[in-house]
Amino acid sequence: MAYNVKDVVANKPSRFTAGHRMCAGCGAPPVARHIMRALKPEDHAVVAGATGCMEVSTFIYPYTAWTDSFIHTAFECAGATLAGAEAAYQSMKKQGKLPEGDTKFIAFGGDGGTYDIGLQSLSGAMERGHDMVYVCYDNGAYMNTGIQRSSATPKFADTTTSPAGKVIPGKMQSRKDLAKIMVGHHLPYVAQTLGYMNFKDLYEKAEKAIYTEGPAFLNVMAPCPRGWGYPTDQLMQINKLAVETCYWPLYEVIDGKYKINYKPAKKLPVEEFLKPQKRFKHMFKPGNEWMIEEFQKEVDTRWQELLDLEEITNKE
Amino acid sequence: MSIRERLSGNEAAATAMKQINPDVVAAFPITPSTEIPQYFSTFVANGTVDTEFVAVESEHSAMSACIGAEAAGARAMTATSANGLSLMWEMIYIASSLRLPIVLSLVNRAVSGPLNIHCDHSDAMGVRDSGWIMLFSENNQEAYDNTLMAHRIAEHKDVMLPLMVCQDGFITSHAIENIELVEDDKVKEFVGEYKPEHYLLNKEEPIAVGPLDLQAYLFEHKTQQAIAMKNAKQVILDVSKDFEKMTGRSYGLFEEYQLEDAEIAIVCMNSTAGTTKFVVDNLRKKGIKAGLLKIRVFRPFPVDELAKALSHVKAIAILDRADSLNAAGGALFEDVTSAMYVNNIHVPAVNYIYGIGGRDTKAEDIGSVYTDLLEIVKTNKIDNPYRYLGLRKEGDK
Repeated sequence: MAYNVKDVVANKPSRFTAGHRMCAGCGAPPVARHIMRALKPEDHAVVAGATGCMEVSTFIYPYTAWTDSFIHTAFECAGATLAGAEAAYQSMKKQGKLPEGDTKFIAFGGDGGTYDIGLQSLSGAMERGHDMVYVCYDNGAYMNTGIQRSSATPKFADTTTSPAGKVIPGKMQSRKDLAKIMVGHHLPYVAQTLGYMNFKDLYEKAEKAIYTEGPAFLNVMAPCPRGWGYPTDQLMQINKLAVETCYWPLYEVIDGKYKINYKPAKKLPVEEFLKPQKRFKHMFKPGNEWMIEEFQKEVDTRWQELLDLEEITNKE
Repeated sequence: MSIRERLSGNEAAATAMKQINPDVVAAFPITPSTEIPQYFSTFVANGTVDTEFVAVESEHSAMSACIGAEAAGARAMTATSANGLSLMWEMIYIASSLRLPIVLSLVNRAVSGPLNIHCDHSDAMGVRDSGWIMLFSENNQEAYDNTLMAHRIAEHKDVMLPLMVCQDGFITSHAIENIELVEDDKVKEFVGEYKPEHYLLNKEEPIAVGPLDLQAYLFEHKTQQAIAMKNAKQVILDVSKDFEKMTGRSYGLFEEYQLEDAEIAIVCMNSTAGTTKFVVDNLRKKGIKAGLLKIRVFRPFPVDELAKALSHVKAIAILDRADSLNAAGGALFEDVTSAMYVNNIHVPAVNYIYGIGGRDTKAEDIGSVYTDLLEIVKTNKIDNPYRYLGLRKEGDK
């Protein structure tokens, strides 16, 4: 059945409830809510959360926003924690210790807990082939502790540990490409997405990831109004610009074959994405034109690389 | 009829795990405990157990996966040593705070650095305040027996705490000794099925585990852990009594060896107790009233029982196989002397740090401790209560 946002929202009650304490204009809650909606209503889920904004804002004792089973242990081990739960499921199911019905396993970690401190735990869980989905909600910095740079932080961004100073103009290193690292694990399903165009891309990829047997990985851009410096009502606009400038391309890799899900008819200059965000403000000062040029070059190179990969991996 | 076998300590631990047949084992190789997951993988590969074996990429993930599995409703077990336990440290605290009765086989080894693969107790001492029940084992038989009793203790509704069974790296883990095994069906019946009250995989009652727990609640939650640890003492005694009924082998909180009428006594843990028993026997032949108190249950610490058992002796030596580097003495020394103090019992006590990094502790070494104790009784003087045993001095070869 073709995706229809109204149908999905009307027919699939949210499994991630209101009342959580995430910020207005944060990109993460709609991501979690929509991914959870991609579950079949009859399926149960065990959700693991890495320590981070989402975990500390959705599960403060004695309240929880998760209607499915949820587990949080520490910052760097959502992958291993959920792998353990999945192993328990396989074992107990095989032994007839569980009732009929399916349980799905979904982990949520921020970029700090995924690209950086949790990379080993994630890599291990994916390599071992647990039947689970790991979702990275990527806001490009350690937002929970107050906007420190991570390996997901884009080049030149102003963060509290890569401040745009008089000598060093923000973060001097490029962003790690996590989705490609996960592709290197030869997983059955890897995708990069975000909330755009009525969340169609996000929903469909979540559904595929959850219902593909084996390990799957979703990298979802989730803007942060505090860290990025945009008005809270501009979330969807920021998401749109990330896609239309090809800063955050929508693509999926199924059994090693790349598929770009959206190719803008007219690729916008990356300035459009950078300009509304305070973290890139210093790039627009006179004399700093080189920074925008360099940023654009990186976006172009990565986009071309993606186009090439799509072509190469789909050759007969 | 029990089964007579010859097994190393690691084989004994792995055999107990096989008979327990846990739902999940997640482990990572580290000397000297590596053999445990090795043997266990063979059981999995041959279909001898129903266990899902998770060959994780680190000990941190081993404990994380055990937590995930146990919270999901499974019985989860692991094994490690030294730096492996150090890497688990963060998760060790989380496991006990989530009240998950995970069972860990700890093959004691020196924690780096510098790197050393041999026995001491610095790994165990690093987690002594983490809320895990800690049982120590003199030999392969005790490592096996303690493991068979572990789940009954840890999973008891008044306890619900993780438990580690300790044994000495190489000294017992790799030494092959005679052992009496319990039949599979008897173990199965003794250990019983694990029926958790709340668990992640119960779709009828979804739960949330591991919240952000702030000023309004954390204090009470930590206190509940402390109460559970207190409760564990009686549960350990009850389970040990049941175990004795099945096997004839009797276990308490500690073992008293020739202690009843002893005038001088050593307190120690694990394999050194075996050496000490040998020395005690020789001293007794000479008419010297030497005795031993061997700690089995280190956490919960048997404060009152231990103080009472030592109240009549004239001098005590407490042997620590880990230095606390605190300019005050080892952990066991502090626990024993504090237990005596709060029970208003004053017996001269002296501490020996020994066996660090696998340094051999011979009968002569233990003999020298008893000689020192006799001297203390005679002179009623302790010049330095914080001593070293078997440490090379300048000029020694």
